[in-house]
Amino acid sequence: MGKRLKVAVWKFASCDGCQLSLLDLEDHLLALADHLDIAYFLEASSAVTPGPYDLSLVEGSITTPADAKRIKRVRQLSKLVVAIGACATAGGIQALRNFADIKEYIPVVYAHPEYIKTLDQSTPIAQHIKVDLELPGCPINKYQLLEAVKALLHGRRPRPASESVCTTCKRQGIICVLVAEGVPCLGPVTETGCGALCPAYHRGCYGCFGPKENPNTSALAACFRRLGVAEADIIRLFRTFNAGAEAFRQESLAHEKNH
Amino acid sequence: MKRTIKVANLSRVEGEGALELIIRDGRVARANFSIFESPRFFEAFLRGRRGAEAPDLTARICGICPVAYQMSAVHALEAILALTIPEPLRALRRLLYCGEWLESHALHVYFLHAPDFLGYPSGLAMAQDYPEMVKDGLALKKVGNEIVALLGGREIHPINVRVGGFYRTPTAKELQALVPKLEKALELAQQTGRWVAGFTFPDITYDYELVALHHPQAYPLCEGRLVSSRGLDIAVSEFEDIFEEEHVRHSNALQGRRKSGGAYLVGPLARFVLNYDRLHPLSRQAAREAGLTPACRNPFQSIIVRSVEMVYACEEALRIIQNYQRPERPYVAAFWRAGQGSAITEAPRGILYHRYTVDDQGVIQDARIVPPTSQNQKTIEADLCRVAEQHLHLDDVHLTHILEQAIRNYDPCISCATHCLRLRVVRQ
Repeated sequence: MGKRLKVAVWKFASCDGCQLSLLDLEDHLLALADHLDIAYFLEASSAVTPGPYDLSLVEGSITTPADAKRIKRVRQLSKLVVAIGACATAGGIQALRNFADIKEYIPVVYAHPEYIKTLDQSTPIAQHIKVDLELPGCPINKYQLLEAVKALLHGRRPRPASESVCTTCKRQGIICVLVAEGVPCLGPVTETGCGALCPAYHRGCYGCFGPKENPNTSALAACFRRLGVAEADIIRLFRTFNAGAEAFRQESLAHEKNH
Repeated sequence: MKRTIKVANLSRVEGEGALELIIRDGRVARANFSIFESPRFFEAFLRGRRGAEAPDLTARICGICPVAYQMSAVHALEAILALTIPEPLRALRRLLYCGEWLESHALHVYFLHAPDFLGYPSGLAMAQDYPEMVKDGLALKKVGNEIVALLGGREIHPINVRVGGFYRTPTAKELQALVPKLEKALELAQQTGRWVAGFTFPDITYDYELVALHHPQAYPLCEGRLVSSRGLDIAVSEFEDIFEEEHVRHSNALQGRRKSGGAYLVGPLARFVLNYDRLHPLSRQAAREAGLTPACRNPFQSIIVRSVEMVYACEEALRIIQNYQRPERPYVAAFWRAGQGSAITEAPRGILYHRYTVDDQGVIQDARIVPPTSQNQKTIEADLCRVAEQHLHLDDVHLTHILEQAIRNYDPCISCATHCLRLRVVRQ
């Protein structure tokens, strides 16, 4: 075992769920805490140790001018930066604003738009600073997080999982909801990591781990069309928690033209 | 004379916020509880999405209480469709919610709030001296998470909730596997109540207007009328006639208030006081043993109420599992029609209001979401003034500590409220 890693957990625009995954590692948490010096983790501790940090876990997307500055500071303070979750890796659900006019959004929620400081785009961390590792998912898989932290603790590269949800589904012997029931499913183009949860619960994958490497989204969209899915619904399918991920973004835009 | 205390980033709360307290000539002039969590505009982007997507989309408002968002969303949409959900499916929803209460309350009691009473910066630091207690807290949290994971597919952002019911219902055998774990959790929750009852509580009470759901038979989770300690008794669809939200300059979260102007309090304390007689025997016994009665108005004792509700969640979960017969169909089919519907369910932190208007294709035209922390903001500010008044003799470090603790009484969920905390005390 090497030295204790000095870890910071940062929050940007997000739901707190990915950092909660750390606390959800109930059986491993106390053991993990023996090997980590949790120097900055506001959700869990009021004790704050100043940087620099060996490892920064960054949750959330960049949506305000202040946060665009703060993330630069996080990079300066950190040896390694790991972006955790769909907000940090793709802009999250709040990246739906990227397809709309933010000036029309604000008054829907707030009576005094002049009090609100926000950017017109929600962007992933890697668009602002160099990121050493990205863990996808809405939310992340807590065991992928544990594996990443353990790897960094031992000074080895974390093992990235890069295959589609389909592969996991087949391995688990789950009946294909797309082929057998005609349910639209993003499994063929989505990164695995959830354990093929949605097909296991008899519903189509909604893509919360984002696009896998080289996804053939247009072929899948053509398949949806053959099933009778309307263009507007194809856009909705690609436009959720990873709407800002390039492959999903491009596919949704392609259908906007047809729509 | 001016006195200034600042806490730049409040810790052990869910999200980002701050507090500013202004003390002028030895009197508390103002407390601003501000939420600087970035706005995420859920109500805006929900327009144009299908109603059927609302449970998955709104879950992302909060990773701590996604089940609450899913439950309020499906009930509001089912109100539009006039869907009647059969009892076994309603019971499964309660079971799912019990899991979230258990998980969320255990996190708050052991990791966010107890460290305040015992003088530690975190649950992990507390584990050095109280390893068994922290392990018990983790065990309770884990059982809550296991319920949510079994019924929902995973702990955070469950995938199994839909308008009309579930995608897949569990087998009786799958649920039975939870029974020994819940029996153990029940004991741990009772033990938690005895433990936290021994803490020292600041002697602060206030005659709040407590607001919670109230149901003729059960301790409230998903259903009931909205009642208050000052005699309010309305259908949930009348919520916006009585309550409103105000946009104040110092916060990115809207602040709830009575239209007549007053602050009100939602959450465990309100639920407990207004529904004491709906508790199961063991949770009522846990309250009695802890010296907690429906007369309680001390916000610092909310940690005891959360323990009592953990006992209740275990009892209720066991009851539901024991009576469970797998429904023939996992959901009631939804046929969309135009209309407006609203619902309130009891999130761990208090009432969560959703209202949707959909067109005849089931596409959302308008959405309104009022989370519990927004509703409690004004009361939190008032509490801070009261607590500060009584503790002005303390130095800045100790005054700040007790003010932060007073905020944590509400387990504020700032991620929800912006759909808060930096503490700053100014003494003038």
